[in-house]
Amino acid sequence: MLRPRIIPCLLIHKGGLVKTVQFGAPKYVGDPLNAVRIFNEKEVDELMVLDIDASRLGRAPNETLIGQLAAECRMPLCYGGGVKTVEQFERLIALGVEKVAVSSAAVDDPALVTRAAERFGSQSVVVVIDVKIAGLLRQAEVLTLNATRRSGLEPVAFARKMQDLGAGEIVLNSVDRDGQLQGYDLNLVERVRQAVSVPLTVLGGAGSLDDIRGLVRRYPVIGAAAGSLFVFKGKYRAVLINYPGRTERDALARPVETQADSS
Amino acid sequence: MPMVTLVDYGLGNIQAFAHIYQRLNIPVEVAKTADQLAKAEKLVLPGVGAFDWAMTRLNDSGLRDTLDELVLRQRVPVLGVCVGMQMMAHRSEEGELPGLGWIDAEVLRFDPAQIGETPLPHMGWNDVRPAATDSLFRGIEAPRFYFLHSYCIAPRQPADVLATARYGSDFTAAVRSGHVFGTQFHPEKSHQWGIDLLRNFAEF
Repeated sequence: MLRPRIIPCLLIHKGGLVKTVQFGAPKYVGDPLNAVRIFNEKEVDELMVLDIDASRLGRAPNETLIGQLAAECRMPLCYGGGVKTVEQFERLIALGVEKVAVSSAAVDDPALVTRAAERFGSQSVVVVIDVKIAGLLRQAEVLTLNATRRSGLEPVAFARKMQDLGAGEIVLNSVDRDGQLQGYDLNLVERVRQAVSVPLTVLGGAGSLDDIRGLVRRYPVIGAAAGSLFVFKGKYRAVLINYPGRTERDALARPVETQADSS
Repeated sequence: MPMVTLVDYGLGNIQAFAHIYQRLNIPVEVAKTADQLAKAEKLVLPGVGAFDWAMTRLNDSGLRDTLDELVLRQRVPVLGVCVGMQMMAHRSEEGELPGLGWIDAEVLRFDPAQIGETPLPHMGWNDVRPAATDSLFRGIEAPRFYFLHSYCIAPRQPADVLATARYGSDFTAAVRSGHVFGTQFHPEKSHQWGIDLLRNFAEF
């Protein structure tokens, strides 16, 4: 049985790891390599690392750090941040990154997704879609550059387009729910799931394992990503890297009818 | 214990393999040139990327002739991983270039007629059912590994199927033909299950 992927998402800012709230107020949570070592011990399903400075400041990916992270990771690594060219995809894959994510570059240059997929295969090409619900009509819109730039694009159609261009995974990231610990935007997830057939990973809002359980029970093949949930503990948000154990994860993934206690 | 030589043709996570073998105290080296490769006793051929891209990188690496000599004539044990395994087949539906032909197989895309609406790529942790537990899977309980692919190897000889997994339908997750081994999944990215498998390969 294919298990749902439960994915810690780490944000890199000024060389350290941070956690944001609605894409702002970055709080320092630790050293990236140290965090990877802890996540190794916890046997996480896979890891997503996003450099939130690179694209906004027009910087290329920090290959030194990414190479260290990829070598240290005993689980698959998805890296995003500052990737704009096929040559960067190539160098990151050579450094040992399994999946390369693009976001603003996919909006600015959609053909990049096709060029990368043709050379490296769809399985290594991930598009991260940052979504904000905005305006009087509460419409969903794709934002880029840490939610500082509007695109005018509607996320469901954009996700479909990215799949058609060759993306092998869509990461749906809710700007509004980032750091809120109030649960995923299941309404948006449902609309995107209906529109695309490639693997979908949901990020933004998970506040408890119940949120993850709710998602993975509803969608048998899905990635449940979270930032705050896996780096903070308790209502004062003390920094403590955590992740459900093997039996807990297996129980999360188990269909409801065979669950002894589903409450 | 024999040295494990990692074939570095610019694709795949060489350092992740190296780290694991170093932690296991198993001698390991990275071969980027034919000279470095020539004395290999065990080979790991990693890979990430599309079939033709990987074949092109390997053909242009200057390692191809030495690899063929080691595997086909000297019968040095080899473990292909992901596209590294797919390259060992005769051909792939993903590309047009011929494969290495080290194993009597071809690489096919997951068939929608068999897997239905199941999303592709197949991405994530899946259970693996070994047909034999005397080699790569020795001592590994409830094996599960990380997969990331849309194409599968299809050996022409049923006996070459070393393990299967299920994603919509059953597919070949690992192959073995004598001294030629391959895994579709990524043992270098599969925690203790993968570490145990890589140790088994080194000890084979």
